[in-house]
Amino acid sequence: MSLHVKATLMTEQEIGRALNRIAHEIIERNKGADNLALVGVHTRGVPIAERLAQLIHSFEGVMPPVGKLDITLYRDDLTEIALQPVVKKTEVPFDVHGLRIVLCDDVLFTGRTARAALDALIDMGRPAVIQLAVLVDRGHRELPIRADYVGKNVPTSAQEVVKVKLKDIDGENGVELLEVLP
Amino acid sequence: MTPAITPTVPERASTQGKKQHLLDLQEWSAEEVWALFETTDVMAQVMTRTIKKVPALQGFTVGTLFFENSTRTRLSFERAARAQSADVISFATGGSSMSKGESLKDTLRTIDALKADLYVVRHQAAGVPYQLTRWTDAAIVNAGDGRRAHPTQALLDTYTFRECSPGFDGFEGKKLTIVGDIAHSRVARSNLRLWTKLGAQVTLCGPSTLLPHELEQFPGVTRCFRLEEAVEGAHAVMALRLQLERMQKGLLPSLAEYQARYRLTPEVMALADAQALVMHPGPMNRDVEIDGELADSERSVVERQVANGVPVRMAVLYTLLVGRQ
Repeated sequence: MSLHVKATLMTEQEIGRALNRIAHEIIERNKGADNLALVGVHTRGVPIAERLAQLIHSFEGVMPPVGKLDITLYRDDLTEIALQPVVKKTEVPFDVHGLRIVLCDDVLFTGRTARAALDALIDMGRPAVIQLAVLVDRGHRELPIRADYVGKNVPTSAQEVVKVKLKDIDGENGVELLEVLP
Repeated sequence: MTPAITPTVPERASTQGKKQHLLDLQEWSAEEVWALFETTDVMAQVMTRTIKKVPALQGFTVGTLFFENSTRTRLSFERAARAQSADVISFATGGSSMSKGESLKDTLRTIDALKADLYVVRHQAAGVPYQLTRWTDAAIVNAGDGRRAHPTQALLDTYTFRECSPGFDGFEGKKLTIVGDIAHSRVARSNLRLWTKLGAQVTLCGPSTLLPHELEQFPGVTRCFRLEEAVEGAHAVMALRLQLERMQKGLLPSLAEYQARYRLTPEVMALADAQALVMHPGPMNRDVEIDGELADSERSVVERQVANGVPVRMAVLYTLLVGRQ
């Protein structure tokens, strides 16, 4: 079994433009950046949240706080899986109570990660609003969840893999569609 | 009293190198211990939140089998299980069929019908947790077997040193001293296994009647009969309780003589490293093995040891249960 690159879905420039637009949409929808916080889901949601916070700061002059969320302890398949996922640290260094929180992730697929992230956030307090921002929505939802902000909608087949690469983690920026070969 | 006998544990199919049990720390590598401490960091964070509960072990059942008295360890394990949403069933020998003459094997078989995924076991006889691995498919965690081992206590002591030692940079070259009733202490045995595995030099100190010479066969372990010498330059000193209930007569001339020679005091601690920590696994007899003021001083991390019990045990349960097939 191997993976091969079928298509490039987003270039570095396209990622930049999409994040620019999402940052503007977040400000517009929340009527400014006051009372706003961004929380990235480990691993690739974290640099996305940081970039969005920088952009919001440059547009509004307000730097929203950024948190990192690890959802491992909230996964719904821990009784079934064979491999043990490594638990990473959750770092949300602010009180979520009453804040307008934008949850950030790279790909929205089944919705199970977003579901787990919602539970993890709510266990920390009672945010006023939780919204979801993703770079790519690839469909195939298994739960009634949708994103508030989407970089790009990509129709995929369930066998395909969407690979997001971000500079902080992968050394380059880009989104690729991969195909599993037997 | 030889610590060298290592019982064998039946291999399960397709374990893929994943740890199946926590019987003693000799079976765990240094890497596995460090990974466990990283998981403990996350669990400690959960315990600081308003909602001190995560759903990670939902659907798992943890059984606590305490054939020997314990309140704190059992409560700590039960809290660790419940904080991860596992169900808990408790068994204590008092009032059970054990007192009606039922054998250990039959007792376990009966309890095993309740289908727990993991048993936490304490027993007065060394080796019982190993034996239980042959009679059940569930994971076994040793919560103390005789004088042999108490691995979760050693893990939380070691985690506390990692957390509290100023500018912690590993265990290589550290001098860690244990003072007191080494002979009857499973805590001392588990700690010396773990500390030497991580690279520390361990000094054991006490009267010769309470200081078995076999323990010197562990590389990195030395015995010492003078408290001042044992404490000099140490990076942590752990005092142990005299286990008078396990002791035969004649091991100590008198309690007063023991106190005069081996009680840990601020004056003796002045000989240790300037940032040395004072530890005690409890239960503590103030002014017997440790000076009461010293136990409450800034150097003392006794309260941190107690507090770290739950997150360390949470990490142990998580590590053994998740991914177990």
